[in-house]
Amino acid sequence: MTALIRAENLGKTFGATGGWFRGASDQVRAVDGVTFDVEAGETLALVGESGCGKSTLGRLLLRLIDPTDGTIRFDGQDVTRLSSAEMRMMRQRMQIIFQDPFGSLSPRRTIGQIIGEPLEIFGLARGRQARRDRVAQLLDQVGLPPAYMDRLPRQFSGGQRQRVGIARAIAVNPSFIVADEPVSALDVSIQAQIINLMQDLQRDAGFSYLFIAHDLAVVRHIADRVAVMYLGRIVEVGPKRQIYDAPQHPYTQALLSAAPEPEVDTVSRRIILKGDVPSPSNIPPGCSFHTRCPIAQEICRRDRPPLAQVAPGQLAACHFARPNPIPLGDAA
Amino acid sequence: MSQDLLRLTDVTIEFGPPKKPIRVVEGVGFSVAKGESVGLVGESGSGKSVTSLAIMRLIGGRVVQGRIELEGRNLLDLPASALPEIRGRDIAMIFQEPMSSLNPLMTIGDQIGEALLLHGWRDRTARRDRTIEMLHLVGIPNAEGRLGAYPHQFSGGMRQRVMIAMAVACAPKLLIADEPTTALDVTIQAQVLDLMKKVRRELGMAILLISHDLGVIADVCERVIVMYAGRVVEEADIRTILTRPQHPYTRGLLRSVPRRNHEAERLYQIPGSVPPAGSVRQGCPFRDRCELSVSRCAEEMPPMFRFGSSQSAACWVTAAAEGVAQAGAAA
Amino acid sequence: MTASIDPALQLRPQPSAFTTLRRVILDRPATIFALIIVILFVLVAVLAPWIAPHDPLAQSILDVNKPPSAVHPVGTDQFGRDVLSRLIYGSRNSLIFGFVSPVLAAILGTSLGVIAGYFGGIADRIISRVIDLLLAFPELLLAILIAAVLGGGFWNVVAVLTVAFTPGFARVARASTLAVKQEPYIEAAVAVGLRTPMIILRHVVPNIAAPIVVLTTLWIASAIRLEASLSFLGIGTQPPNPSWGNIIRDGLNNLFGSPWPIIGAGTLITLVVLAFNLIGDAVRDALDPEASR
Repeated sequence: MTALIRAENLGKTFGATGGWFRGASDQVRAVDGVTFDVEAGETLALVGESGCGKSTLGRLLLRLIDPTDGTIRFDGQDVTRLSSAEMRMMRQRMQIIFQDPFGSLSPRRTIGQIIGEPLEIFGLARGRQARRDRVAQLLDQVGLPPAYMDRLPRQFSGGQRQRVGIARAIAVNPSFIVADEPVSALDVSIQAQIINLMQDLQRDAGFSYLFIAHDLAVVRHIADRVAVMYLGRIVEVGPKRQIYDAPQHPYTQALLSAAPEPEVDTVSRRIILKGDVPSPSNIPPGCSFHTRCPIAQEICRRDRPPLAQVAPGQLAACHFARPNPIPLGDAA
Repeated sequence: MSQDLLRLTDVTIEFGPPKKPIRVVEGVGFSVAKGESVGLVGESGSGKSVTSLAIMRLIGGRVVQGRIELEGRNLLDLPASALPEIRGRDIAMIFQEPMSSLNPLMTIGDQIGEALLLHGWRDRTARRDRTIEMLHLVGIPNAEGRLGAYPHQFSGGMRQRVMIAMAVACAPKLLIADEPTTALDVTIQAQVLDLMKKVRRELGMAILLISHDLGVIADVCERVIVMYAGRVVEEADIRTILTRPQHPYTRGLLRSVPRRNHEAERLYQIPGSVPPAGSVRQGCPFRDRCELSVSRCAEEMPPMFRFGSSQSAACWVTAAAEGVAQAGAAA
Repeated sequence: MTASIDPALQLRPQPSAFTTLRRVILDRPATIFALIIVILFVLVAVLAPWIAPHDPLAQSILDVNKPPSAVHPVGTDQFGRDVLSRLIYGSRNSLIFGFVSPVLAAILGTSLGVIAGYFGGIADRIISRVIDLLLAFPELLLAILIAAVLGGGFWNVVAVLTVAFTPGFARVARASTLAVKQEPYIEAAVAVGLRTPMIILRHVVPNIAAPIVVLTTLWIASAIRLEASLSFLGIGTQPPNPSWGNIIRDGLNNLFGSPWPIIGAGTLITLVVLAFNLIGDAVRDALDPEASR
């Protein structure tokens, strides 16, 4: 297996250092020592609540934000060392789909211009007519009538705009796409359409996704592997089946059980965490989850657990993760 | 039916210029019994929020038809001067973004106290005790010490708790909650939903919960009203909705919700999108997206058919298949 | 399945820019009035040599300070010059003056503001301080100051007002750029690999254009007013060339004997300034993309 993307010890601290009136408390450690791979053609889901650093992590991989430390290898090449001109050329291979279907399309440009822009930048369809033909083809691929090419974004619904955003991302035939909560702003009945579309496009083109989401249910259908983030760190990562059937980190278990589902009698099995997510500018010492963890012990307040293997391909950062997982359902 | 706390009958709401009105809600009717928790579910453009705001008489649009009765009294007939007394004392409302309904310049103690004063709590110490009691009820730690805190000093989840404390302080008969957890993280949402159930249990009020999320509704509510494109399309108790939905839209919505526990190769998807407000003039508004639609669906809006003691749905096809009668005729 | 067109796929109806503009105008009859004034103003200025009944500079000892008559509809001034002709020719100065400084300032100020807002850092600090400094001077005083150093005259005054107007544009452009820069579509443009100058031209400038255009219209009104003020003070358009400001100045010598020059020029200044202000408001409403939802 060759990793398409390999992030090693990746970190990002926001907030200026130095200055007369600034102390260390003004610094926000948004991403802290994150290491993971994305294989060619796979979908890695990155799940966590607001402020956990998942969006920052996605942007670091594309160098829309520059990392404070660590390296990112894309196809073996360290992209953190690329000049801005080299990085621009690299963008043909790595793209992003945004969460906000309203804000991510330039309001005064037509759909055709928006989708055609990357084609123009990378000289992929030379000439006006060639570009229009390619845009028409892309619109068709994402399920929009090519006749809409000359319309402005404000005429489109959220789901339709998200299709335009997807068309823009796949226009340059990238090998890696960061999808930053692509369906969380959409209606439930539209979410399924977009997820299915993204899956179909991946099957045809073979690119990899980093699919960012705030709850586990939505990525179940599209993910191959799942990584769970809490306060800037990955607390658990593993193959989808193991994460859903035998989650090892108490946070993963809580996240999995917290989302209400339209089912009869699911309420009783829910784990409700105490308190709020601590501020990323003031991360608790030891295991950063200990303030909300139902099974925290003295050691958790003191020592930070490393991300260690608990099952083949599954890693968890918990002092009490079991090496031989017992499925959650049986334990209850 | 004397147990009805709130009853909406044939409510139709229009926006836009009177010459070219846009009908956002059409012929909506449902009721909420005393102490009952009812969910109003629908996607954007379904008219669910407009309907709930109309109950509080807080909309910019016009209620051109219908009745909204609270304990038999038509709220639409009340003079504007009578409304503040209804709001807060009889009906309270909480919103998606608590920051927009909390005054950033007042301490939360003063804000809850003011609401109490407005509704006849004259005694200062009684107000203070009640405020502390309410903050304690909603799980604000160190309630007494937090009276002097300002809204920005609370996290999103805590603000929603304060909002709930303020809403229920005067023990309203009905709490309307419009997407109260949509802006919150999943683990915080679970806390707030739990709290809403606890508050209802302890204060015995009715809840009308508006949400796009059937999971949230299933968690809190006993009965569900499904809205689509400004109309009620199905109504039933929660168990029936989840196990035997009759309207194709409800069925599609349930099937398209991603679940953590089952894994299908593909998610079920309802084709197409919600029609823009006011664009459906004739027939069933769901017909373009419906797998079951027949020619009659394009001609005539189906009435509510009664499928069981607690279930009714507006669909020609499933009603014919089940051989059921029109609701209202027998009831 | 997803490749086929959804049956219910329909777009929201969208009014064209023209319909929006028409609606904004029709909603407010005052805007029609303003448009008519401005069109007349421009026509008169352009066609001055053909429509002026007399030479605006021709003096006549015999016709000093005449009240309105068939030959001189707005009377004559202290040198016996036809006031109507002077007002007509004076509109040319007001027009050129009214447009040149605001447009130059808009181009200069927007460039500076966008650079400061988009790049931030040291560029922003330098530009912002200069803006603050210039904004601290009242433009009239600044104009008088510079005129005192460089001397009066048309182009000096244009230069002065351009400098005086630039910081206002720069400030609005900077603030708008800061807001637009936060929009996800800017990040999207970076993510597809667009070069920074193109991001600014394609995605920033068009989206900050509305407040800039509105500001330009409003400052056309100010410039016309300022030109009149400066000419009135004797540092704008130099006599004997006519300008609305120096017509008022000349008329002041004989205000009670012959008020016609002042009444004529005063009315015109008020009307034109008002008209541009009204149009500024209308343009603002028409250009706001959210307003047409």
